[in-house]
Amino acid sequence: MKGFPAAARETLQDSQLRRNLGKATQTIRAKRLRAIGELPDWEQLRDSGEAIKARAMATLPEQLERLEAAVTKAGGTVHWARDGAEAIAIVAGIAEAKGSREVIKVKSLATDEIELNEGLHARGIEAIETDLAELIIQLGDDKTSHILVPAIHKNRAEIKALFERTIAAGQDLGWEATAIAEAARKHLREKFLTVPVAVSGANFGIAETGTICVVESEGNGRMCTTLPETLITVMGIEKVLPEWRDLEVFLQLLPRSSTAERMNPYTSLWTGVKRSHPPDGPQEFHLVLLDNGRTRVLADEVGRQALHCIRCSACLNVCPVYERVGGQAYESVYPGPIGAILTPQLRGLDQAPTLPWASSLCGACYEACPVKIDIPSVLVHLRARVVREEKSKLAPEALAMRAAAKTFSTRGGYERAQGLSKLGRGPLGKLPVPGWSTMRELPVVPESTFREWWRTRGGAGS
Amino acid sequence: MRVALFITCFNDTLFPDTGRAVVTVLERLGHQVEFPEEQTCCGQMHFNSGYADDGLALARRFERVFEPYEAIVSPSASCVGMVRDHCPAIADRVFELTELLVDRLGVVDVGATFPHRVTLHPTCHSLRVLRIGDRPRRLLEAVQGLELVDLEEPQECCGFGGTFAVKNADTSMAMLSDKLRRILDTRAEVCTAADNSCLMHIGGALRRQRTGVRAMHLAEILAATG
Repeated sequence: MKGFPAAARETLQDSQLRRNLGKATQTIRAKRLRAIGELPDWEQLRDSGEAIKARAMATLPEQLERLEAAVTKAGGTVHWARDGAEAIAIVAGIAEAKGSREVIKVKSLATDEIELNEGLHARGIEAIETDLAELIIQLGDDKTSHILVPAIHKNRAEIKALFERTIAAGQDLGWEATAIAEAARKHLREKFLTVPVAVSGANFGIAETGTICVVESEGNGRMCTTLPETLITVMGIEKVLPEWRDLEVFLQLLPRSSTAERMNPYTSLWTGVKRSHPPDGPQEFHLVLLDNGRTRVLADEVGRQALHCIRCSACLNVCPVYERVGGQAYESVYPGPIGAILTPQLRGLDQAPTLPWASSLCGACYEACPVKIDIPSVLVHLRARVVREEKSKLAPEALAMRAAAKTFSTRGGYERAQGLSKLGRGPLGKLPVPGWSTMRELPVVPESTFREWWRTRGGAGS
Repeated sequence: MRVALFITCFNDTLFPDTGRAVVTVLERLGHQVEFPEEQTCCGQMHFNSGYADDGLALARRFERVFEPYEAIVSPSASCVGMVRDHCPAIADRVFELTELLVDRLGVVDVGATFPHRVTLHPTCHSLRVLRIGDRPRRLLEAVQGLELVDLEEPQECCGFGGTFAVKNADTSMAMLSDKLRRILDTRAEVCTAADNSCLMHIGGALRRQRTGVRAMHLAEILAATG
């Protein structure tokens, strides 16, 4: 981990990245505003989304047990994974029992979070990403940079070159987007038809019915959840929704916030295993419930709202910081504003102590969030936790802040400090301030403060 | 009406002209301004930088100092946001300048003349914390001789963000350079806003690049008479 300031310094040098991102986020921002503008009850939907998530988190143990019971009753098997290693072992064990050296995957952040692909590889099992953008990342041995559009930092020319080096070696794919995508289609179609085990994530898991929901655009998810004999879903425990009727709210909030569509092209819903003759769909279903730090997040009453996230990425698309630095500067599968509050909580503050400061607190994320996560407030809360739990009370910044607070706590101290600031009128004012003076002049310190002028004026009223 | 001026420590020390402008505008409209000299800092810098206990202690002190006053005005949207969120006893009595003028005093034309081409940076905390909307624009539109020109992507942050500007200097500068390009595209002579913190950052770069464009607080435009 480089930490955000250093990682951002590197990504800011990539002018191609900034151009790609600027163009992409500007387009999606305008589209999203149109999509949500169509719904007169958008604000009520946001309130409902927030309330449902708050209820789910407040009753999480109960909801997870309901989910387990419902999935089991419907013929599925539920596994509990404390961390990534346990989840990987469960998935690998199932694939091995099926005798498969390959699994096909639906785009899933939870599996990226635990580095499932790398873990399976170590056990001799190859995971094949079937989402176009995830495939681009996998083929390029790259890192994702956006929740919804993991390869947003790549443009057509870069993808064409990558495919011609890998899955379409020796071919000239031309410049048509459809022709370039066709190369991926052909490559993936063969995998869909032959690989017997699939791994998915979950957008929602309904406790009441045991139904899992995956929302996607390309149809690869539908292929993965219907064609293979065995389906494994790795689901973060915060993805549970208490009731079937809750889905109605989220199936409106999610597509309009993420792709700015009224409805996403594919919504796959399945409940356990469907027994029929001839067999229809996977005949074996495993649900892996993943904690990996989530119960720790739940213990923080302010920070826990980060678990309400439905991974729409609206906050990334409106974030002026994200737009410039890109996703990789956040050094996590969860980039942007939501990443800045989720990653330090999931991994532990000591593992990502600079992320809560990766924001100017402009508030654009909070305004866009479909479940009203108050990201700026959580950022400030996490800053306080980092200062309290991770930083030395004797660090120069801590000492300076303590001294300033003491100075400002009395009128006399404050006015003496104002007197000192006038030293800035002399040679001291010409000294560069690290970080500031690279691009900006310091303000000219005035001859007298406001309160000095007020006194010479003789106070109130003329 | 008697109004207590919450100058902010930042304006008191570095931008006294803004405070004088607030006094000028309110007195011109026939109101009486008081200045509680016990005021120091509202605690926002500490609070937002992770020093919550220190920040909240300053906020408590601030609350006590202003408790006796019926109406409080400040030329800083950002500091008003802090007070509204963390000083419950006075939260509904503290107003950002444009809120006071438009909502409480019902004035849009404050009798100002400023014959210049001006663009408005609406500032994040004006828009998204206080939600003051088009109040600054309405006040500017009523100024004699002023030509208001639109800024592209106005709602986007300038990259200041308090300590963000130095802690994440590279990112802050990338944001600032885009804001600056958009300001220069307007060919305005003056860039104004309801907060001197953003303007210190924007104005510092306008000066460094010798653009000739001035950064000027909204209150100073409203105080001008030609």
